Amino acid sequence: MIVAISIGAVNVPVGDVWGVVLHHVTGAGTAPSDPTLDQIVWNFRTPRVVLAAVVGAGLAVTGAVLQTVVSNPLADPVVLGFSYGATLGAVLVITLGGGAALAGLGVSAAAFLGAVVAGALVFVLGQRRGRLAPVRLVLAGVAIGYVFLSATSYVQLHATPAELRTVMFWMLGSVAGAEWDQVPAVTVVVLVTTTLLTLFGRRLNVLLAGDESATALGVDVNRLRAVLLVLSALLTGTVIAVAGGIGFVGLMIPHLVRLTTGADHRRLLPLTALLGAVYLVLVDLLSRTLDRPNELPLGILTALLGAPFFLWLLRRNKGLD
Amino acid sequence: MRLTVDRLHITLDHNPVLRDVSLEVRAGDIVGLVGPNGSGKSTLLRAVYRSLRPADGAVRVGEDDVWELSPRVAARRTAAVLQDAGGNTTGLTVAEVVALGRAPHHGLLGRDGPDDRDAVSGAIDRCGVRPFADRDYASLSGGERQRVLLARALAQDPQLLVLDELTNHLDIRARFELLDLIRATGVTTLAVLHDLDLAARLCDHLVVLSEGAVAAAGPVLEVLTPDLLAEVFGVRATTEEHADGVVRITYAARPLADGGETPATGTHSADDVVRRPGPGR
Repeated sequence: MIVAISIGAVNVPVGDVWGVVLHHVTGAGTAPSDPTLDQIVWNFRTPRVVLAAVVGAGLAVTGAVLQTVVSNPLADPVVLGFSYGATLGAVLVITLGGGAALAGLGVSAAAFLGAVVAGALVFVLGQRRGRLAPVRLVLAGVAIGYVFLSATSYVQLHATPAELRTVMFWMLGSVAGAEWDQVPAVTVVVLVTTTLLTLFGRRLNVLLAGDESATALGVDVNRLRAVLLVLSALLTGTVIAVAGGIGFVGLMIPHLVRLTTGADHRRLLPLTALLGAVYLVLVDLLSRTLDRPNELPLGILTALLGAPFFLWLLRRNKGLD
Repeated sequence: MRLTVDRLHITLDHNPVLRDVSLEVRAGDIVGLVGPNGSGKSTLLRAVYRSLRPADGAVRVGEDDVWELSPRVAARRTAAVLQDAGGNTTGLTVAEVVALGRAPHHGLLGRDGPDDRDAVSGAIDRCGVRPFADRDYASLSGGERQRVLLARALAQDPQLLVLDELTNHLDIRARFELLDLIRATGVTTLAVLHDLDLAARLCDHLVVLSEGAVAAAGPVLEVLTPDLLAEVFGVRATTEEHADGVVRITYAARPLADGGETPATGTHSADDVVRRPGPGR
């Protein structure tokens, strides 16, 4: 992370970065002599890198949990419609601007709300006789996703070219706008939900055995599914709200970890969080260095870099057939 | 621990599936639950392992109604090996699958202790799955998987075992080995079995379900009479105990003509399709 902070439009020596961060975090050492350097490192780069790490961790963990909850290896926040809900919320605010209906609602808040609304709809429509059924949840999520997508497209028809550009960048995701007043809150949400989800690790493992067997193993499957879905929707909503629609991380990182270290959730979730964090910090680093001084949206790079590696790993692994 | 099923009624989608079913498995006994497809065997098991709440009646393991226990407490007494088999356990090793059996012994914050390791290790040894304990569960053969699932059930340290078609799809040797394993556990067992020969081989008593009600119950030879086999299963068969103590069933060449499934050699069924009047021109 320190290295990631040091690289950018202006390269800062790693030692100086360490000094600045240490000074701000612990109050130790002396304040850096150069205020510009301090500004770049502490006010621009550091929040950005921290946010990338936190968002990557959050997305990856949600993907891992959702894949087990709906027992479907393709599940992630996108498939379950959460991301499209967030997108509609964001796009509405971007295009309507200070529209009266949404007065006081920022893009982040609207995206969060959108994700939670999508989550609630999936929750309600994914039930049958009062039970949450995995296949139903996935199908409900996909259908709701399409509805939100249509609504989003319709709203975009009425947008100005400038707004469309903003929308496109939001949809492809970015942590460029990271500021210290949002980073701590997001970090706390991600840490707390990830910890909670990891505590459910043993029960998530049991869920892998199938619903009936899990019931016979003393797990209230329906309640567990409900709790996990709510936590996942909140987590997704939070990270998408600040970073936009970054795809692929939630789908791929959990599989990468599973393929290399197994599916025990007590190990899987922390490692997935870690790898998700590292991956998005790396992707963000590339996104602001590959095409200097322009920035590439994260969504373009996450899949472009990750997919080939993922496919290679898939080919090498024979246990999936 | 004794299992008592007392005047159980279960409805699914407003249809009665079980009507006034009572049965008992004495501590240490192995009781086979047999009956044609759709007679309610698996449904009865679901009420026992607390997956389907009965409309009326009680399921008691020991002295307690399982539906008045918490899911976790009930699962410490009753372990089940079911048809959803391994579920979606790709990525878990055999040892990890067996360790799932410890779940009912832990709350949210519980960590594995020596008790858990002993129970898992013991179950792995008893079921002979040690040689592939570190392999991916998904890579095992059908017979190996069933032994792993039985080990998972034993790791639960149960007082009652509930088995649903444990031996399906297994070759004959694997079946016999599995039956020996179950016998060797000494745990009170209620087992749904399709194969009547296997049921006769494994069980002390049989309970026959037919259309959601108990048609017969008792020692194997007393239950599997030619009349019952004809009435409930629609087959002509005789049962006898051989000198080696094994009860064998001999089926006649053809099922009963008035049974639900008449041989396909009948002339009318095919002709009906051909002669069925189409929509008039």
